Amino acid sequence: MPKLLFDNIDEPGLNTLEVYQRRGGYESLGHALSLSREDLLATIMDSNIRGRGGAGFPAGRKISFLPKGEMQKYLVCNADESEPGTFKDRELMQKSPHMLIEGIMIAAYAGNISTTFIYIRGEYELQADILEAAIAEAQRAGFVGENVLGSGHSISLVLHRGAGAYICGEETGLLDSLEGKRGNPRLKPPFPAIEGLYAGPTLINNVETLATLPAIVRMSGAEYAKIGVENSTGTKLISISGDVVRPGNYEIELGTPSREIIYGLAGGPPSGRKVKFWFPGGSSSPVLTGDDLDIPYDFDSMAKAGTMLGSGAIIVADESRRVLDTALKVAKFYAHESCGKCVPCREGTNWTEKMLRRIYTGEATPMDLDIMASVQEQIIGNCLCVLGDAMAMPIGSMVQKFRAELEAEIEEARRRNFGNEADEVIGLGVADELAGPLPVH
Amino acid sequence: MAARPTVPRFAHGSRVPGWDDAVDLTKDPATIPDPATTPVPEALRASIEASMAKYPDRRSAAIPALHAAQAIHGWCSPEAIDQVACVMQLTPAYLESVASFYDMLETHPRPVHDDVYVCTNISCSLLGGDEMLDALIGAAGGDETIHVSSFECLGACDIAPMASVNGEYVGPLIEEDAATIVEDLRAGRPVLAAKQLRNRRCVDDGTAPGQAPDAPPRQFGEPDHSLRADAVGLTDADRAEDRPGPSAPIETTPETPAEG
Repeated sequence: MPKLLFDNIDEPGLNTLEVYQRRGGYESLGHALSLSREDLLATIMDSNIRGRGGAGFPAGRKISFLPKGEMQKYLVCNADESEPGTFKDRELMQKSPHMLIEGIMIAAYAGNISTTFIYIRGEYELQADILEAAIAEAQRAGFVGENVLGSGHSISLVLHRGAGAYICGEETGLLDSLEGKRGNPRLKPPFPAIEGLYAGPTLINNVETLATLPAIVRMSGAEYAKIGVENSTGTKLISISGDVVRPGNYEIELGTPSREIIYGLAGGPPSGRKVKFWFPGGSSSPVLTGDDLDIPYDFDSMAKAGTMLGSGAIIVADESRRVLDTALKVAKFYAHESCGKCVPCREGTNWTEKMLRRIYTGEATPMDLDIMASVQEQIIGNCLCVLGDAMAMPIGSMVQKFRAELEAEIEEARRRNFGNEADEVIGLGVADELAGPLPVH
Repeated sequence: MAARPTVPRFAHGSRVPGWDDAVDLTKDPATIPDPATTPVPEALRASIEASMAKYPDRRSAAIPALHAAQAIHGWCSPEAIDQVACVMQLTPAYLESVASFYDMLETHPRPVHDDVYVCTNISCSLLGGDEMLDALIGAAGGDETIHVSSFECLGACDIAPMASVNGEYVGPLIEEDAATIVEDLRAGRPVLAAKQLRNRRCVDDGTAPGQAPDAPPRQFGEPDHSLRADAVGLTDADRAEDRPGPSAPIETTPETPAEG
């Protein structure tokens, strides 16, 4: 498999225009500009590349949703990489910023867009500085700005730094934030392709998706589609972290068995411990266990296993870890990051965190797990955006797959904190009350 | 019976103190500050105006403008917000609503300070992020000019547990690094130079399987290694070293001066 994004990524000076161009950089942009928009779009469609940010929507179709004709349209590159466990875009932007800029220019030409933005999370200061320098360099060389490469098309590019809010990675929250407001998600429809930034049609893509476009144009869409497996074409950057010997970013061919990634590339958990559970696509994906390591790592196989590939961030926890600790971290994170606009998410994340804390203090009963599972069900699909779902899916899967362990935790904490009084204080007391006739509402 | 935690209650059983305090009806809502009576530092004005010029709508510059004001005032104080509001011609209330939404904008009084964000999210906490936070709070020892806070995933789980010190990512940290970080900050030198993310190599060696790692990259010829314009800071010595992982040493930057 060829490396498309990480090809010699540590080459010194790759962040400068000179080295990037020596490697054939911006040739794809020149080639793309010589094609008609329809041909370029057909190339992207042929590649069958799916969005790399998490939802996995075909990138070519996303461009084709934009209204045709001359009007003010926008492209926003989503570089607000905040999903816990994900850090692939960081490495790409830091080491090969021109690849992203070239991809943005290609996508902007395909969609007939003249104004583009990169929304980068505020914490990525080094990466933002590097990108800013690269944009200035590309502008001087005529790859960005007025009359790109003498083609008559003008495409501006502005880097916008966020200020630390996970919800701004959600596309409509990102648009509000870019407009200078609080980053609250919007009601959809209208979708951003029709009414997005400044109420204009807007194309929003992840860094990795856009950075892959130069490679697709260079090798042709049909060739690109030969990499990977059916319906999950191409290569994917994956970020692997947690209990593994060699954490970091790897470029893999989609469809690689998960075991090969976790054990082959990342070396597996240290000291020969076994994998207990792992998040296959960032903290918002339902967890898989050590028995699921042979599932091929691609969009459809992951969906079939009841989880998702998401942003391609694998977090591994080995057998020395407690599920409860991770569940609380997940719930606490989403409770903190919920923007508070929709009730199921604002209250659901908050109460899930509280219920998990009750397990630690010994106040929980096994019934709490049923309530928790029901809370998760009631969040999913009931909010403007998927932040609530992003907590509900992993927590729901943990309660389902590790119920016995969580029940043991509840029992142990209860004995520890309440001793022999335990049965009277809460556990059986509550259960007895509820065993009687329930009041009729 | 064991004591159960009590929830503090205020008037009418509410958990929110002061929820029923009357609004001061004698006051008018704050309007856009008058440029004649609101002195704005020249550098701040220039920076905000430059930000506003970049966007089709000036409001888009709210976050960069508040960042710039915070750098001068230490936090988004009423004074700082007034200055931004004056230049941007927006109401202070609008800017306050923005400032209170984002984690990197401070809405509580602080002197001009160094920010130490310690990641305590999943990957970092698995590997000791919470202990690192305690160690750093201890090392800072109540110094108001060093603001240590826990932060959600900073996007550097490969160097877990990690921290962002004034935007500089460092990791993987051990407890002894806490004291070094504070010392480096006080001495004004680059923080924990040996563990900065900017010097770290990608674990993916960037070559196709079966291809020797040192084979010339594709058809574009051998890169000129004498070029050192890279912000990545890699050197030839780095390239020869083993690739990192928790068990392998992190590359060091030989040029970094030991003393600031």
